Amino acid sequence: MRITQHPILSFDRGKELHFTFNGQPMTGYEGETIAAALHAAGVKVLAKSLNLHRPRGFYCAIGNCASCQMVVDGEPNVRTCITLLREGMRVETQEGKGRIQ
Amino acid sequence: MRELELLIIGSGPAGLCAAISAAASGARVLILERSFAPGGQLIKQTHMFFGSERQYASHRGVDIAGILLKKLEEYGDRVELMCNATAVGFYEDNVVTVLKDEKEYFKIKAKSVICATGAYEKSLAFPNNDLPGIYGAGAVQTLMNVYGVKPGDRVLMVGAGNIGVIVSYQLLQAGVEVAAVLDAAPKIGAYLVHASKLARMGAPILCSHTVKEAIGTDCLEAAVVCRVDERFQPVPGTEQRFDVDVMCISVGLSPLNELLAMRGVEMKYVPQLSGSVPLRTENCETCIPGIYVAGDASGIEEASSAMAEGYLAGLCAAAALGHVPEDYEARRQEYLRQLEGLRSGPVGERIRAGMKLSAL
Repeated sequence: MRITQHPILSFDRGKELHFTFNGQPMTGYEGETIAAALHAAGVKVLAKSLNLHRPRGFYCAIGNCASCQMVVDGEPNVRTCITLLREGMRVETQEGKGRIQ
Repeated sequence: MRELELLIIGSGPAGLCAAISAAASGARVLILERSFAPGGQLIKQTHMFFGSERQYASHRGVDIAGILLKKLEEYGDRVELMCNATAVGFYEDNVVTVLKDEKEYFKIKAKSVICATGAYEKSLAFPNNDLPGIYGAGAVQTLMNVYGVKPGDRVLMVGAGNIGVIVSYQLLQAGVEVAAVLDAAPKIGAYLVHASKLARMGAPILCSHTVKEAIGTDCLEAAVVCRVDERFQPVPGTEQRFDVDVMCISVGLSPLNELLAMRGVEMKYVPQLSGSVPLRTENCETCIPGIYVAGDASGIEEASSAMAEGYLAGLCAAAALGHVPEDYEARRQEYLRQLEGLRSGPVGERIRAGMKLSAL
């Protein structure tokens, strides 16, 4: 769900990047965050809550609220709403607190 | 440990204007910005600003950020901007600890500090308010205006203040259907000109309404709204269901200023300024000499007042460090006049009351 036509803005998307989400191949663009790339691909559930395992999406998109934390390249608790996408990233849904590997 | 003259935390409208003002007086400035790009929330504001020319009225916020950054370049190496750098601590000896690129951790000691850290979006309590698809209105603005990604197909906006109404209009511009805009208050909080634009596009604004619950399993699928009475209590039998995949929460902002509280600056809860704020002089100086505050971190207002406060704080902080320009008093009076103008009239009544309560 990317905006292609806009009355005010034009979006110069960067180079196409490849990454995986829970092992599935995905594409995004250079200069966008992991959460934005996932949302554009229709992925809204980014994590499961600590105790009740309820689905979590992003909420603030500026790194304040910690609702978008995911496991990125094996590292848990990455705030995906402010972390830029890189080629070859492995992005996974975070279940609970995550584990340091 | 790096030692420097003036540290500005935050590169939104307040921080950038503070840096311009201080550098113009001759101070050496370091600006810390936690995001990967400067400009704060200006970078997603596609609407034109109101107010006077001095606060860049009739420019779009996104363009104002560019204008301010260009101005900063005039001061060459007197100003350094460090992005991806979060101030995480502020200690008694004026040491600020910084986390850079999420891995490098170091200390900075500044003679003077201007805290221009902005605000955060408030949330609203209702059943299932944690479902993915329910986002802060500012978050949706970031997603669509910065990254060009649609938040969904059909949205319910909760809050008819300026942000709620402006973001609703921007959602329509991005091709998203706005099912309705709600507000618990009996009348629209936004400026009429924004609300009218939205009404002309056919989006209904429902006053005295709130969200009763959100419905969905993995993501938001629908929302039930209901009318509230004059004591903001739900009126039974008035429920309406909206099938929406996005809900935006726009129920106000709170000042983000924990760093000042950590430093020991005297704080006070002032409802008119939307949260806990530092006590300060008319020159934006807190109870600790050399520590200043500007913008939403000192109380929720608008970008135009954040800019005027930034200019004032930058001027005064630089002067206290010995960089006193010839026209110091004239400029100080000019910024104070601008702020008075922005806070005048019935719209500024709350802010004026808040200013009195937080004055040193």
